[in-house]
Amino acid sequence: MEFKNPSQELERFRGRLTVAGGFVLLCFTMLLTRFVWLQIAQNSYYTTRAEENRISLVPIVPNRGLILDRHGVVLARSYAAYTLEITPSKAKDIEQTIDALGKIIDVQPKDRKRFKKLLDESRNFESLPIRTRLTDAEVAIFTAQRYRFPGVEIKARLFRQYPGGAFASHILGYIGRVTDRDIAKIEEQEQEANYRGTEHFGKSGLEQRYEFALHGTAGFEQVEVDAAGHAVHTLARTAPIAGNNLTLTIDAELQRIAETAFGDRKGALVAIEPATGGLLALVSTPTYDPNLFVDGIDSANWRELNESPDKPMVNRALNGAYPPGSTFKPFMALAALTTGKRRPEQTISDPGSFTFGGHTFRDDKKGGHGSVDMYKSIVQSCDTYYYILANDMGIDNISNFMGQLGLGQRTGIDIEGESEGILPSQAWKKKRFKKPEQQKWYAGETISIGIGQGYNAYTPIQLAQATAVIANKGVMFRPHLVNYITDTVTGERTKIEPTPLRTLDLKPEHLEVIKNAMIGVNKEGTGARAFAGASYVSAGKTGTAQVYSLKGSEYKAHAVKQELRDHALFIVFAPADEPKIAMAILVENGGFGAAAAAPIARLVLDYYLLGKRPPGPAQPDEAASDDSP
Amino acid sequence: MNTFNFNIVRKYWERLIAPIDGPLMLLTGLLLILAFGIMSSASPERLGAQFANVCVALLVMRILAQVPPQRLMHFAIPIYVGGILLLIAVALFGDVAKGARRWLNLGVMRVQPSEIMKIAMPLMLAWFFQRHEAMLRMRDFAVAALLLLIPVALIARQPDLGTAILVLAAGFYVIFFAGLPWKILAAMFIAGLASAPVAWSLLHDYQRARILTLIDPEKDPLGKGFHIIQSTIAIGSGGVFGKGWREGTQTQLDFLPERHTDFIFAVFSEEFGLAGNLILLTLYALLIGRMLMIAANAATLFARLLAGAITMIFFTYAFVNMGMVSGILPVVGVPLPLVSYGGTALVTLLSGIGILMSIHKNRMLVQK
Repeated sequence: MEFKNPSQELERFRGRLTVAGGFVLLCFTMLLTRFVWLQIAQNSYYTTRAEENRISLVPIVPNRGLILDRHGVVLARSYAAYTLEITPSKAKDIEQTIDALGKIIDVQPKDRKRFKKLLDESRNFESLPIRTRLTDAEVAIFTAQRYRFPGVEIKARLFRQYPGGAFASHILGYIGRVTDRDIAKIEEQEQEANYRGTEHFGKSGLEQRYEFALHGTAGFEQVEVDAAGHAVHTLARTAPIAGNNLTLTIDAELQRIAETAFGDRKGALVAIEPATGGLLALVSTPTYDPNLFVDGIDSANWRELNESPDKPMVNRALNGAYPPGSTFKPFMALAALTTGKRRPEQTISDPGSFTFGGHTFRDDKKGGHGSVDMYKSIVQSCDTYYYILANDMGIDNISNFMGQLGLGQRTGIDIEGESEGILPSQAWKKKRFKKPEQQKWYAGETISIGIGQGYNAYTPIQLAQATAVIANKGVMFRPHLVNYITDTVTGERTKIEPTPLRTLDLKPEHLEVIKNAMIGVNKEGTGARAFAGASYVSAGKTGTAQVYSLKGSEYKAHAVKQELRDHALFIVFAPADEPKIAMAILVENGGFGAAAAAPIARLVLDYYLLGKRPPGPAQPDEAASDDSP
Repeated sequence: MNTFNFNIVRKYWERLIAPIDGPLMLLTGLLLILAFGIMSSASPERLGAQFANVCVALLVMRILAQVPPQRLMHFAIPIYVGGILLLIAVALFGDVAKGARRWLNLGVMRVQPSEIMKIAMPLMLAWFFQRHEAMLRMRDFAVAALLLLIPVALIARQPDLGTAILVLAAGFYVIFFAGLPWKILAAMFIAGLASAPVAWSLLHDYQRARILTLIDPEKDPLGKGFHIIQSTIAIGSGGVFGKGWREGTQTQLDFLPERHTDFIFAVFSEEFGLAGNLILLTLYALLIGRMLMIAANAATLFARLLAGAITMIFFTYAFVNMGMVSGILPVVGVPLPLVSYGGTALVTLLSGIGILMSIHKNRMLVQK
């Protein structure tokens, strides 16, 4: 380039400086424009955003309502406790975090297992409990070292407690952590806002059926929070409203006596107040401890409960369908009277068997019962009488009448998932089977229906309801567990009114025949031993239902494996003239109904009608009644 | 006794402030006082440390204010070469922090050699142009460009895009003030635009993410967009007069990340609003104006170029910082000059101001 004159060069430099100065002003003007845009034009938008940052609506979970028995004994309650929780998305290494926590706070292997299971099931932005029910000392220890554990927090949570443990668990059900399926239910009820902070949801039993009544109304706290979400201070608070209390028709003491009477045996017992449909006891054994589910059940316990051959999670009273055996006979007899197929005094001659289409149907008693009328057929449980009767009536007449009694239909009890059972009929068989030759009903199949065998399969609650209908002279009520719901704020009680389902067209004189025959069972028949010396009059019927087809050979209990042994059944109502209680009892593989099931009924009735407690060690769980509110 | 002592104190005081430029010192002082006000809201626990930083930086400034520009020229090559060597050492043995190799552990202290280049670069180039004064050719510009690009490339590789851009800018300003023809500037601008896609492909993923975040911060509100969303909320919610000193909810409730360093402008803006911003911009503009004046009156080419470049570096810090915090520039680690917490940047910036003071005192000296 050319040589330059210094002053010319200075001019050029100053020119460049002017350009630079102009650039500075231009850039600062840009910034200023930006600030005006943000701070004036967009100010209200950003003010809102800042407020949203600052103020957080924290839901306060309401106290879940109590569940009480008819006398106020607490069966389920809630209490607050501290939990130690990990938010997986915020914690760096979960294993390491738990190891380090284990050094300052007691973390059992089962806590780890449970946490793992929760982790598998959860969305990882929610915080999951590693330890529940911290002591005050543990809370203090952790709080002091909190800085070491990012993503770990202490939270005050409400817990459900079932003071009776495994007692009445098939009635109460249990609650567990909210799952996607529960969320769908919450959305269906448009309760999303109310459930924002809720972590538990009823999974079975009353806890499930009355979830929305028990839950209550969430409160809200307006808190100022920092960026980490920690509350700095509270600005406003709307208190939560505790859930409603459920008072049941169940009598806890009766329930306990019944459960205890089963001992180790599997089975079910349903006791109904005939005049209302209110359930006094609903037993299914074995039971399980619903407390296990509250914090999230660990996989070992879960597997044990689910894989046990005794199936403790199955509510046998509602979901077990069993052939009714001879307990079916009073209903058959009533059907015969109502349809005019038999008169009470009509007799048949029983040679000990009935042959139909080349097949011999045997009676229990070798050589037969001789001349048998209706009374004797029930008292002595004569099979031949009912083989012939069933054959005379035909399957559809039987099924029409039994359907009226509610057999083979859901009773509508206030627990979800009840089974239907099987009420055999021509139509049923057509629907049930695919192949045309199987769809046809054969007359020979009707014969064993008469003694409660064959395709017959009813749930214990259906049998109890049918018994209650007879006791209540044909008026059928919907069985229910909840007597009234109490609003915990106003104290207002909403009674669950007994719902008459239908009134059967039954003649009083026919009912009288059946009742007398059933009284006879407990006085001089198959139930006499169990009810010897009873100071009240009861009407019952024993039953023994075959699990295993003997194909003509003799049945010997000892020779048959436990799980193939007959089921023992018993139905009863008492006092016979003014029934206060109707009951169906089933003891799985219990053998004879008279020996296995009727004595349970005696214990229950003695308590309910006479206030007599069974002898033996006092029940330690009686302390549960101390927990009344 | 008293009078005697007072005279001695006065004598020392006069000697102490002799090289200090009044207007420059006044504006710098106002900004530093403002900075303490903001710091006591953003991070009061750091006030003491920042005060110490300011003292050290002022001392460095005072020392440099006394060094005549001609003496500084002697340091140009040693500092530049030393800086390059340190950058190479960083590349070989540097400490890795947050995925970048930027620090060199010297046993007693850790240094970030890229910071040194912010002063070394304009010093070196100004020296270079001074030597070729009066017979500048295109070839000289090419050599200057090479001198500039070597350290820039080393810093960009660390990777530290923010510092690389600042060093690049520092060198560019010198070349610009030295008189790089407009035609070439225009050509460079066009070439720059054309090569943008190539440059994009050379960027690290996180650097690309920062640019994408600028375009749409709400895409990742809790991740990469968090800083910028929270700082624009802070600024926007400040309104005209702000929420009041220590009353900014974004600041006090921890929503603003890095609020004592790179994002301190958002703290100020939230608490003092548009009015505060206007005052801050005015202070910066006046300071830059005074610095430009000093550059315009400097005695030698070296002094002029150095003064001009230092002024524009100062401006670049201010503009890039406020631009990124308010969401119009991508987030690069540039502090708000004289306000953000941190000793290194303070020393660098006040060194520059010290040099300008010296240039101003020596403006009447005749060129050798």
